[in-house]
Amino acid sequence: MENELLIVLLIPLLGGIFSLFFWKDIKSQKVIFLISATGLLLAATNLMVSVLDEGVITLQSAGWEAPFGISLVADYLSTFMVLLTSLMGLAVGVYTLGDMDRARMRFGFYPLMNFLLFSVCGAFMSGDIFNLYVWFEIMLISSFVLMALGNTKPQLEGAIKYVTMNIIASVFFLAGIGVLYGLTGTLNMADLALRIDSVPQEELITLAAIFFFIAFGVKSAVFPLFGWLPASYHTPPVAMTAIFAGLLTKVGVYAFIRFFTLIFNQENLFLDNLLLFTAGTTMFVGVLGAAAQMEFRKILSVHIISQIGYLIMGLAINTKLALAGVIYFMVHIVIVKSNLFLISGVVKRLRGSFELKKLGGVYGSHPFLAILFAISAFSLAGFPPLSGFWAKFILVKAGLDVQDYLIVAVALLVGFLTLYSMTKIWNEVFWKRMPDQDEYDKKHPPVKLWSMAPMMIPIVLLTALTLALGIFGEPIMHFALMTAEQLQTPEIYINKVLQISE
Amino acid sequence: MEDILPFLIGGLYAGGVYLVFHKSFVKLIIGLIILGYASNLMLFTISRITRGAPPLVPEGATTLTEPFADPLPQALVLTAIVIGFGIQAFAIVLIKVGYRIVDTDNLDELNTTDRLED
Repeated sequence: MENELLIVLLIPLLGGIFSLFFWKDIKSQKVIFLISATGLLLAATNLMVSVLDEGVITLQSAGWEAPFGISLVADYLSTFMVLLTSLMGLAVGVYTLGDMDRARMRFGFYPLMNFLLFSVCGAFMSGDIFNLYVWFEIMLISSFVLMALGNTKPQLEGAIKYVTMNIIASVFFLAGIGVLYGLTGTLNMADLALRIDSVPQEELITLAAIFFFIAFGVKSAVFPLFGWLPASYHTPPVAMTAIFAGLLTKVGVYAFIRFFTLIFNQENLFLDNLLLFTAGTTMFVGVLGAAAQMEFRKILSVHIISQIGYLIMGLAINTKLALAGVIYFMVHIVIVKSNLFLISGVVKRLRGSFELKKLGGVYGSHPFLAILFAISAFSLAGFPPLSGFWAKFILVKAGLDVQDYLIVAVALLVGFLTLYSMTKIWNEVFWKRMPDQDEYDKKHPPVKLWSMAPMMIPIVLLTALTLALGIFGEPIMHFALMTAEQLQTPEIYINKVLQISE
Repeated sequence: MEDILPFLIGGLYAGGVYLVFHKSFVKLIIGLIILGYASNLMLFTISRITRGAPPLVPEGATTLTEPFADPLPQALVLTAIVIGFGIQAFAIVLIKVGYRIVDTDNLDELNTTDRLED
């Protein structure tokens, strides 16, 4: 049982180390990455099967019993996130075979991707707050290098902002760990959850919660801490943006969910209101920011912020249905958003630009690509029967159940504005005529989609997954409800980690 | 000692924030480093500042007797210092390369990625 958990971490770690041995041999690095990403997907699926069987699987590292050693824990939420990570890792890995320049590959793109997957999986399965901090730092340093890799001017500008904000977030994280340890004398999440109820100084718990709120808020880009995201996410090549969009902000959201359902789950009006306020403002500001942009990748990356708002909204409402909505929304958004980024990369290859003004006519020349985009874009905007509709429907229903009409109104309005941004991309990139099409066609021979097979395969598969998620969403929803139930009864997690028999 | 350290930590936080608000790359990086020190020192203070009191259970007894220094935060601080060192080293190289390629050391001029259109 425990080995299944360990192997998920070992595969990308070994993949990263082995590809360092082949520093100059890019072909071998590619092969190693594909093997390790496929292996990771298989291992994660295997772990998922076991976790569905067992409920929670724990690994006490080096045999030290729970509150003293470092525990790795795989419950429904963690395993689900690991599975999503491995899926995105493989999809983006295949995509890079067709779209990544040699200069970046020569400077360790594939080893870094391996280490990024390694650290993200580790962060999802950590059962110890300081260990989580260490995973975050590994993730940061890999993403810092990936962000700056290539040394172009926009990338470096973006990277400086990204690095600064994240170092400040780490400082807050460390301070939060200090306060929590001072209050409870433990770092193990399960043990913390038990002991924090008997801490007399309530205001210090709130203080620690705010430290963590800022730390995770920067990572997941909530209002008003999202400033680094619009400045940096669109600067690296699309494959990197896709993996960042799919994984990095979601690690922040995962940490939010873990901390606020397990540790800070006491009645605390201030924190509840803070979360709800953040959710509303995040989604609203994010969608307005996206509406103002006129560049393909910028629209998509600013849009990430508004989607984070939906995830935080589910957490703030904190009923079983709302948490299930968060899980469903998570799988929807990771797949759809990354897929849209990948499509923008294909459009760039076809038309040589990301600027909406210079683009056009893709529907005429490549209708198949246009249909793939339309499915993902309208799923993001929330058209039935696509996955985005169900994801938003569940969250809105959960909001109505607790009579939080204001946040529901904001969520619906944001859905409407999302449609505006997506229609704008559709009109400008796919529908309208390209401004200087004849001239462009003369200079560039027409490109067939099948000649970009490595880029198209992940896009087609991810789009199919989006469709399946919408039309056959019932098993996922069933799983999401199970996850929500497990999150709402933290005793299951605590008892399993601390090996308390009931 | 425990009366002085909180003021020192507060001073370090204040100094770090003050420097981060500057426009210069170098002041930014020094500010970030000082903020890191402040958090490390805070973590260290939590372990109680006691000299010559290792957390060893005396012979014959079953529990520790007060006062003793908690070793765990000290281990955490060590880890945090090492990680921070790595991150800071990367950040310094980043601003150096950034300075060479962006050709400014004024943070206010790093706005080409934020503009809506060229």
